[in-house]
Amino acid sequence: MIEARIIEELKATLGAGRVLDTLVDRVTYAYDATWGEALPDVVVLPLSTAEVSATLRIAQRERIPVVPRGAASGLSGGAIPISGGICLCLTRMNRILEINPDELIAVVQPGVINMDLQRAAARYGLFFPPDPASWDMSTLGGNVAENAGGPRCLKYGVTKDYVLGLEVVLADGSVMRTGGRTIKNATGYDLTALFLGSEGTLGVVTEIVLKLLPKPAARRTVLAVFERIGNACAAVNRVITSGVLPLTTELMDGDCIRAVQSQRDFGLPADADAVLLIDVEGWPEALEREVALVRAACEAAGAREVRCARDDAEAEELWAARRAISPALAALGDKLGEDIAVPRSRIPEMVERIRAIGRTYGLRTPIFGHIGDGNLHPYLICDRSDAEMMARVRRAAEEIFLAAIELGGTLSGEHGIGLAKRDYVGRALDPVAREQMLRLKRLFDPHNILNPGKIFAETER
Amino acid sequence: MDDSLERLTQPLAGQRVHIPELPDYSVLRHCVRCARCLPVCPTYQETLYEVQSPRGRLALLKAVVEGILPPTSAVEEHLYHCLDCRMCNTVCPANVPIGECILAGRAAFAHQRGLAWWRRLVFRHVLISAERLGLALWPLRLYQRSGLARLVRPVLRGLPGPLARLRIMEALLPPLPSRPLHTTLPTVTPAQGLRRYRVGFFLGCMMSQLFAAESCATVDVLSAAGCEVVTPPGQVCCGSPQDDQGDCVQLRRLARTNIALFERLGTLDAIVTDCAACSHTLKEYATLLADEPAFAARAAAFSAKVRDIYEWYDAILPPTLGNDATPPLRVTIHDACHLANAQGVRMPQRRLLGRIRGIEVVEMEAPSACCGSAGIYNITHPDMAERRLARKLDDILSTGAAVVVTNGPGCLLQLRAAVRERQLPFQVWHVSQLLAQCLRTRADGIPSPGACGQGEVEE
Repeated sequence: MIEARIIEELKATLGAGRVLDTLVDRVTYAYDATWGEALPDVVVLPLSTAEVSATLRIAQRERIPVVPRGAASGLSGGAIPISGGICLCLTRMNRILEINPDELIAVVQPGVINMDLQRAAARYGLFFPPDPASWDMSTLGGNVAENAGGPRCLKYGVTKDYVLGLEVVLADGSVMRTGGRTIKNATGYDLTALFLGSEGTLGVVTEIVLKLLPKPAARRTVLAVFERIGNACAAVNRVITSGVLPLTTELMDGDCIRAVQSQRDFGLPADADAVLLIDVEGWPEALEREVALVRAACEAAGAREVRCARDDAEAEELWAARRAISPALAALGDKLGEDIAVPRSRIPEMVERIRAIGRTYGLRTPIFGHIGDGNLHPYLICDRSDAEMMARVRRAAEEIFLAAIELGGTLSGEHGIGLAKRDYVGRALDPVAREQMLRLKRLFDPHNILNPGKIFAETER
Repeated sequence: MDDSLERLTQPLAGQRVHIPELPDYSVLRHCVRCARCLPVCPTYQETLYEVQSPRGRLALLKAVVEGILPPTSAVEEHLYHCLDCRMCNTVCPANVPIGECILAGRAAFAHQRGLAWWRRLVFRHVLISAERLGLALWPLRLYQRSGLARLVRPVLRGLPGPLARLRIMEALLPPLPSRPLHTTLPTVTPAQGLRRYRVGFFLGCMMSQLFAAESCATVDVLSAAGCEVVTPPGQVCCGSPQDDQGDCVQLRRLARTNIALFERLGTLDAIVTDCAACSHTLKEYATLLADEPAFAARAAAFSAKVRDIYEWYDAILPPTLGNDATPPLRVTIHDACHLANAQGVRMPQRRLLGRIRGIEVVEMEAPSACCGSAGIYNITHPDMAERRLARKLDDILSTGAAVVVTNGPGCLLQLRAAVRERQLPFQVWHVSQLLAQCLRTRADGIPSPGACGQGEVEE
């Protein structure tokens, strides 16, 4: 527990209203979107870089853990204060400081919700490409800390591809600016990149310079139905080699299709082994050509049916089915969602491995994912109150991680390591690289106050 | 190796406690804490405090059940910060009945610690029927009629601290109708022309006492559309205020009384009400009484017949309404929380207004966002209510509409008071007023509505 005098000092520094230490308040800052929970000793809600800096100076002096937090919608336990200490909640630093249509730049505070930036950018005919499924509630600070992705990464890349510069408060409270406002920047080490996916372990991001793009004029959605999931994976490669770079290549396997169809009729074939949702985006004239190429590629890969949504309403209905997966699976029981990524050519093999692991452990393993970028989300359906089953779930999850690594992939595509996967991080990283990462951690955070115990188990205190 | 995956599956350690009325642990645990409910929650939008969010409130309840958090008055107070607007329910991917859980939490606290004295007074003795509400309003009617209001108002304006609530209540109060509708409306209002339907009319307490002219217009329109309207005397409150304020005991009593009353009317095509809060609560009777063997089936049959006025108008009125003589009017729709969020009724009102000739519907941003009225919330939590109201007024104003249409009596109170106080350039109408006005010009396939009772319409 933090000593009372420190809480008093925090209150004197930030004002009592933004330093919360009652049990009632602490209970509501104990979690993220995983199942884990741990109480912080105190919750601090800063409004400015200066207040973040003041908080960190106190924390550093007193060696108190600090867990930065945005919307706490993360899926890897990153925002859970497992060592207690200060929950540094940045949701109130939520101003969009600038949108510059001439420079295609937005400058934001970390608490801005991704969707709010999208709306503001849309007024200038611009958009911010990273759109994680949590885009309507997750904060941009959280998107940076987790290096968030989303369904359209095949075409546009992930969060790190859109961050030009940062303002970061370091563990000792000093304020550092990295990068700048230019797309090209070859001056010195790329410290900006270091903070992408750093999960709050190296510093606290307090301002972000983001790159925006002009919003494409039109979008078309193609649904392709397959008897075998392997053919669906092959179809994605054929589409890309035919010269089309689709916006999305969303895969839903038979389990997912049947789960959503059991909620209501989205017009998906319940007997298929897989469907692909392929979206293309650009000028309407060009899209006719692209849709034809997508159709031909899917048919050549053995699609049973290829259908292009006639209008926005039909396209929306298909995407509603995709968004319905998660709630539909929730109806089957508790679910543990995974987030592995493998090289695109290994996707068919990975899918087979997941299915085999499911059979071995007697678990249902519905699979969906943004497969064009190699990212798969296998789910393990389970019952958390059944200890024996949960033991099987843990072994199955572990085998899925190891299979992904064996196929040249990685533990996490977009959810991060946090607490959920830190036990496997040693298997996924080159040992020399891992050692350098830990040295970097010690360099930036010599007293190990910043989100201790996340990513690397040895940093737990 | 330390198994962090295992740690991620363990809740905080506590001794499970049992508190009657609290939602089942399995329901609370169903929240996956995805945060989707945060940005849509009015109180979270205003404060950005987790404890002011639906997810935070569920976490409090779960911690109470787990024995981590003692059920203190601080927890209870947080449950009452919720407007009960149910916006969270509409976005929850896990379909957790969040609003219902919070109300169950309030009921659990009432069960545990007893109802606060003022709640006992209001929800056991005053807000239980139109008659009782009328008794309480009688001095206020006198106050308005005697000219005392003009003398007192400037004094109220200066009141400090908690007494300022008196000012808020005074400002909300519309000019009271000379006679509440339940005292003038006959039990049977015959259909004009051919009788096509026989409907039971549930006349809400607030509608009768504060909005008699509006409900009168409802009866007129129904009758003109071929409905025989049966309004049984002896109706009691639907129980919405009790549901909202943790008084489950009284809520069940009221439900049983109303069910028995409407059963005596014989065969009805529908039970119709022009109050969004009533239609929601009446539809909930089936779930509420499902655990009472003597009432479960009867409550289910009752609830199945209930139609909100928008649903019923949409179902029975002709495909085009009004005619070339209907003066053009720009209208925007404010969806009562009880209607759109709680019942999922969003399209009937839009289809209905869309078929009135001369009416141009301009949608506001977030039409189903709470206006801050929320039962008695604008009195118990005036600051938060004011912030919500300000957003709602901005949204209405930016449509440029001359009329905003709704069917929540709380919304009518809240929005009309704002229009009076701030002299805003729009009017707030109950949907039946709009229909009565548009249909007065005939030639649209249904007869022109007559004037039931006293008839005159505010504004």
